[in-house]
Amino acid sequence: MLNKNIYLILIISLVFAISFWIGFNVNLLPAEASINAPIYDELFKILFIIGLIIFIGMTIAVIYSLFKFRKRNDQIGDGIALEGNLSLEIVWTIIPSIIVLLIGLYSYNIYDRMGGMKELNHNHEMMSSNTEKIWAGISQTSDNEIAINNLSIEVSAMQFAFLFNYPKGNFISGELHVPVDQKVSMKMESKDVIHAFWVPEFRIKQDIIPGQPTILNFTPTKVGKYPIICAELCGPYHGGMRASIIVEEKSDYNEWFNKNKKTEVNL
Amino acid sequence: MTISIDPQKTNNESLQPKGWLRYFSFSLDHKVIGIQYLVCGFLFYLIGGTLASAIRIELASPMSDFMPRDVYNQVLTLHGTIMIFLWIVPVVNGAFGNYLIPFYVGARDMAFPRLNAVAFWLIPPSGFMLVASYFVEGAAQAGWTAYPPLSITTPQSGQIIWILSVLLLGGSSIFGGINFIATIIKLRRPGLKLMQLPMYCWAMLGTSLLVVLSTPVLAGTLILLSFDIIANTGFFNPVLGGNVVVYQHLFWFYSHPAVYIMVLPAFGLVSEILPVHARKPLFGYTTMVFSIMGIVVLGLVVWAHHMFTSGTPPWMRLFFTIATAFIAVPTGIKFFNWVATLWGGKISINSAMLYSCGFIINFVFGGITGVALAQVPFDIHVHDTYFVVAHFHYIVYGGTVFIIFSSIYHWFPKVTGKMLNEKLGILHFIITFIGFNLCFAPQHWLGLNGMPRRVAEYDPQFQFVNQISSLGALLMAISTIPFLINVFLSVRNGKDAGDNPWNALTPEWLTSSPPPVENWEGEAPLVEEPYGYGKDISEQK
Repeated sequence: MLNKNIYLILIISLVFAISFWIGFNVNLLPAEASINAPIYDELFKILFIIGLIIFIGMTIAVIYSLFKFRKRNDQIGDGIALEGNLSLEIVWTIIPSIIVLLIGLYSYNIYDRMGGMKELNHNHEMMSSNTEKIWAGISQTSDNEIAINNLSIEVSAMQFAFLFNYPKGNFISGELHVPVDQKVSMKMESKDVIHAFWVPEFRIKQDIIPGQPTILNFTPTKVGKYPIICAELCGPYHGGMRASIIVEEKSDYNEWFNKNKKTEVNL
Repeated sequence: MTISIDPQKTNNESLQPKGWLRYFSFSLDHKVIGIQYLVCGFLFYLIGGTLASAIRIELASPMSDFMPRDVYNQVLTLHGTIMIFLWIVPVVNGAFGNYLIPFYVGARDMAFPRLNAVAFWLIPPSGFMLVASYFVEGAAQAGWTAYPPLSITTPQSGQIIWILSVLLLGGSSIFGGINFIATIIKLRRPGLKLMQLPMYCWAMLGTSLLVVLSTPVLAGTLILLSFDIIANTGFFNPVLGGNVVVYQHLFWFYSHPAVYIMVLPAFGLVSEILPVHARKPLFGYTTMVFSIMGIVVLGLVVWAHHMFTSGTPPWMRLFFTIATAFIAVPTGIKFFNWVATLWGGKISINSAMLYSCGFIINFVFGGITGVALAQVPFDIHVHDTYFVVAHFHYIVYGGTVFIIFSSIYHWFPKVTGKMLNEKLGILHFIITFIGFNLCFAPQHWLGLNGMPRRVAEYDPQFQFVNQISSLGALLMAISTIPFLINVFLSVRNGKDAGDNPWNALTPEWLTSSPPPVENWEGEAPLVEEPYGYGKDISEQK
């Protein structure tokens, strides 16, 4: 009996060790290029490790049972007439409940750190002049931050392109240029069907809905060029509906901005 | 006034065709209807599988080069609709439900045999209509979710035929659900208590409740959508002031429970199969019953987890995260109980057992990614990507379809009186299991790294992984060949099965194989312990 328990403890520790090793050493995610990304990856790692422990554990249990309890040729009759075990049922009801509850609370915390639980009415400059209800995606505005510091961009999506309007420079671009380490506030609206704005490296996504503006805030942290992908089926060329976001140093961004900026006189 | 119905007269044999012809007739025999559902569903599975192969051929290269882009969208729409409404739902509910439930409750037929036949005969015409809509003006191309405004702006005839067809299939599903509830509650043999019913009855009771509660919502939604398309109303059309997100709420109010309509019966079937081949009682019967009902209740209040990126208030996201994640608890209980059923048994390693164990492994994997997807911050990155595609194929293919095959291997001797060939069966399992995992496991990575779903073209950096996935799909297509050969050979020349080849204790095995029209020659047996394995047989009586 003691021997059996030692084997059991050994196997369980091995499953945990393998899961932790895989969780910390196998990277399944793309580069981290926004404030959201490291927070997301932290959640991913935890879920990945818990998932691996359960999956490897269950798989071992099934394969072991198939092997250990397989019917030998010389055997006749049935297995033991065991119909249940109340304490086992309680154990495997309560432990998963606790795990699920903890995961839920933890992901709530993650979501809050991403800014998902913030009321948006106070921190978006475009809200003040606008009484319509705006649905929010993830935002990272903290209360003491002033929205004026944000770079505001209006995004319009249509079959099959994104257009980025820079209200301060009074111009529209097909490429999204943003300075690194500055918070960007986007108000997004669709001209036809539902689209979605997704930057995998930023770990953010928000649907762009006709007749219902949505907003999305993010802060890029790494200079580079990343894909903007439409993630909601929007028609035949849905797969080709892509754009680029170019995160650049502040000076490069200003240079690009000034080159494109239109003054009111020109209009 | 009392109406007495003599079963001999309602099933008047002289009016019903005999032999194979009865499978093409308006038969009222629940066993015939069950087989009609199964064979019809399998034919649509072959069509849906062909469409899936076309998708994987298109995705073997990053460019959209195999078929035109709009045809690709039609193919993925039809693939989803056919697999859900014409293969999994009818087979796992209609086919096995009709065949087994009357046996399990000790009845000679379903409560409403005519309604039952009507429910089946709605399926072939609507399925035919759906496939044929391709030749009119092109089939529907807005995905099986048919989100407006895309579904309003794409060619109308295809979308309208799609709506009509799904409405008829939903009607068929509701008729079936009402019938199952009535049969399980009212037609039980005298002396048979609810808590003595085989687990599949409980699964079908829960499923049918979900069908009856949620399918009408889908029907209403689709009727409103058709008004928007035909009559220019503005329920969901933003140009006319409609709200597209309301559609999503209504749609998912049905379509999330639909997931449980597809998996709960499979949970019931595997609970019948495992005890027989492990020669052990089903572990934890009572908790299994309560966990089914728990899934039914929770399943109705989780729909908005499909809409985390649509724009929903934060409190709503939080509620749906917690509710969704908690479904893992009753589901987990069932899986622990199944492993405990295997533990200490005398397990026959045969095709039915292998498919059931494959189901456990695949579904645990799909369930884990499901709990992850329930978390709002996690979902926001992978929503509408191949991660989700991989997740739900692990649930509906790795889960339910594996159980459909397991059930076919288990009940084939009952239906035909012949055994299926075990060597071909195990070959079928091995190819399916490897092909399935090769096809869908890599798709998790694709989704995490930036490949959205429903695209005909993608970033060339994903080509290699997509080709692995397509190779898996090829294996899955090939795996059908040994299965079909096995079925056709065994129906004609299979080894005689005898009445009860597995020495099972559930009531359907306590009659001849194939069973007589009246199910039992005499009175239906009273089976108080359908899982009484390992006990003295004399205690059974």
